[in-house]
Amino acid sequence: MAGEKSVAFVAERQIPPSPPPVKTGGALGWARDNLFSGVFNTVATLLSLAFVAYILAMVVPWLFLDSVWNASSLQGCREVDDGACLAVINERFLQFVFGFYPEELRWRPILAFVLLFVAIWPALFSSAPRKLLIFSALYPLLAYWLIWGGSLWGPVGAVVGLAIGWACIRFLPPLVRGRLDEGLAFLAAVGAGILATALWWLFCVTAFEDALGAVLAIGLEPVESARLGGFLLSTIIGVSGIAGSLPIGIVLALGRQSNLILIKAVCVGFIEFIRGVPLITLLFVAWLLLSYFLPPGTEFDLILRVVIMVTAFASAYMAEVIRGGLAGLPRGQYEAADSLGLDYWKSMRLIILPQALKISIPGIVNTFIGLFKDTTLVIIIGLLDPVGLLQPIRADQNWNGIVWELYGFIALFFFIFCFAMSRYSMYLERNLDVGHR
Amino acid sequence: MSSTGQPPPEPFRVSQLLYDTRYRSYTIQIFALAVIMLAFAWAIDNAVRNLEALGKDIDFGFIFETSAYDINQHLLDYDSTSTHGRAALVGIINTILVAVMGCITATVIGVLAGVLRLSRNWVVARLMTVYIETVRNIPVLIWILFTVAIVNEVLPGVRSFRGEDAMSGLLFDSVFITNRGFYIPAPVFEAGSSVIGIVLLLSVGAAWYFGRWARARQAATGQILPVFWVRLAILAVPVLLAFFAMGSPVSLEVPALKGFNFKGGIYMRDSLIGLWLALSVYTGAFIAEIVRAGILAISKGQTEAAYALGLRPGRTMSLVVLPQALRVIVPPLISQFLNLTKNSSLAIAVGYMDATGTLGGITLNQTGREMECILLLMAFYLVASLTISGAMNAYNRSVRLKER
Repeated sequence: MAGEKSVAFVAERQIPPSPPPVKTGGALGWARDNLFSGVFNTVATLLSLAFVAYILAMVVPWLFLDSVWNASSLQGCREVDDGACLAVINERFLQFVFGFYPEELRWRPILAFVLLFVAIWPALFSSAPRKLLIFSALYPLLAYWLIWGGSLWGPVGAVVGLAIGWACIRFLPPLVRGRLDEGLAFLAAVGAGILATALWWLFCVTAFEDALGAVLAIGLEPVESARLGGFLLSTIIGVSGIAGSLPIGIVLALGRQSNLILIKAVCVGFIEFIRGVPLITLLFVAWLLLSYFLPPGTEFDLILRVVIMVTAFASAYMAEVIRGGLAGLPRGQYEAADSLGLDYWKSMRLIILPQALKISIPGIVNTFIGLFKDTTLVIIIGLLDPVGLLQPIRADQNWNGIVWELYGFIALFFFIFCFAMSRYSMYLERNLDVGHR
Repeated sequence: MSSTGQPPPEPFRVSQLLYDTRYRSYTIQIFALAVIMLAFAWAIDNAVRNLEALGKDIDFGFIFETSAYDINQHLLDYDSTSTHGRAALVGIINTILVAVMGCITATVIGVLAGVLRLSRNWVVARLMTVYIETVRNIPVLIWILFTVAIVNEVLPGVRSFRGEDAMSGLLFDSVFITNRGFYIPAPVFEAGSSVIGIVLLLSVGAAWYFGRWARARQAATGQILPVFWVRLAILAVPVLLAFFAMGSPVSLEVPALKGFNFKGGIYMRDSLIGLWLALSVYTGAFIAEIVRAGILAISKGQTEAAYALGLRPGRTMSLVVLPQALRVIVPPLISQFLNLTKNSSLAIAVGYMDATGTLGGITLNQTGREMECILLLMAFYLVASLTISGAMNAYNRSVRLKER
């Protein structure tokens, strides 16, 4: 008997599986784990839930249940229901989009907007036909012509000027081959090209435009800048600023990294100056001072001046973002490019910049978002972007006293665009990150 | 025909200026210098001719002329007989006021939101994500206008503090939050309050010295003293003693309703409140992201290693995690402070008289001297930014990892 007892435990049947611990199972377990795991956590959860419920209880009935979509005045809204008076947005929607752009000509900005997507298609997706890049290059002038109108020959004249400059650089050196040193010939050709383009733009474009306009008058009805407004204006400033600031920012960043002391000093001075002052002061410069520094009598469109300043502002920030990317690359990449015998521009274009730009994508998109948000500041100098349109609407007798609906609508517009941009950058980051782990 | 086998030096050719790296950098720099100088000369020549045509000159004399306008929120003595220079100074101080207040609250909001976004509590983390994403994706100008609208439309009017069923102020009826702004008590310093100030300064010095001594002692003997409590006592006890010994020379002047408005105390205008809150909430969202990134940048192994050494969570935080996280957090944090300061120039949209509102607003309009006013305004912001970023670079150098 005793011997039998000393035998170690022998399982005679299978042990049934025990149920999982209460905590980890199901939604309840998750909630207990994450939401109510202690006194502090429980209080925080309950407070947050109460806050959300409070906000929802305030906003949902106001915005969805009691809102009024059709009325002709705030008074009319209040007679129907006491929620949000969305009738004002219903009535002024087109004004918010186009500002005071003539009603019968609104197809032109719409067309320009649609063509914008065709123009940026090859930039965003590598699958697009490469030929489209020519269209992208011409798009700015086309959009300018569509939105501001006027004779077609003005933009064509500008393109011709560029073509003349290019032709000088391309065809002058072979002409003088043998008679002049090769490098000198190239330098001279570049100089001649720039000079020819400048001369053409300064003196010949108007004559060209008039002459061709007299022969064949192709033109759109001109629209003054003062009539542009609303989201159209924000988009014009934002898109031109974005398109301009990336290349200028790259050049500035390379200049700041350069070992040419003078170039470096100029770039550092420009970047630090622009980053040191608020955008408003630069807009003041565009508004009041820029015309002082141009030849007497130069008439210069305010929107164009603002675009120049906003682009300069964003380029300085862009340059710092890209500099971060350049500095983040291991030194070996630079040395490898050098050891392959690539010259400066080739090593930058083929080795350094593709990697540096990839690292800096989040920062670049953040700068884009900041630029787009900053377009609202133009109301300070009297342009009628969406925020600027609030004043006339609230001064209107019918809508006097409306506040939240208008702010909410504009905020929603900006939120959608900026949020979409930031999500796109995250997607891009994930996509390009492949092979780095 | 040298015997070393090296090719004879080639004669200098002009193409070397472009193709030989020894000379090319000089070519480019001289060319750039010429272009830049030409551009500057052209712009300045244009400016001179334009100013001549308008019969204007560059003259900063307007700074000493009477401004003839009022500033509704000022910390210095100012009235409409003061000079434009003083108006600009008042504006600059107003900018600094809102910037300092904003930086403090934005940091508090940002640190809280950043830490809470990392919380394991799903509801809290989501709520903070919503806050950060909403705020960051909407222009700050809209936030400022919106917040001022909230102050003006939602807060109770001054009238509701009067009459039968009057509301009472917060904190024992001393702080009044109205749609015209906040009224808060003002400290009144009577004779003898300077003694308290001196005592306070001495206690701060003593507390700092005690901290140093305690650290040295810990390094020498390993004993840890209750530094925080001792310091608190060193700071509080002598000041309180001095306060009562001098017969309470510092008192609070509480705002009181007289007629149609509150009198006494400190009045913070609706525009100041709106601007301050909007800038804090807006910048707070950016700071939250910075704080989150800083905390995430410290690998978990650091915390675990500290635990393995036997450090308690509080000391792990203060001795291991924070010093490393701060290195990541501080530089972008300071650049957010700079952004806040620059964004405060949007005060002009809500009528708060900061440097942009005085120097770049009314003074500019009254004197018609755009060039001088805008130059001065830019110079002010530039000096402020460069000073702060210089300090930041010095800090960066001091905490940089010593790599070899």
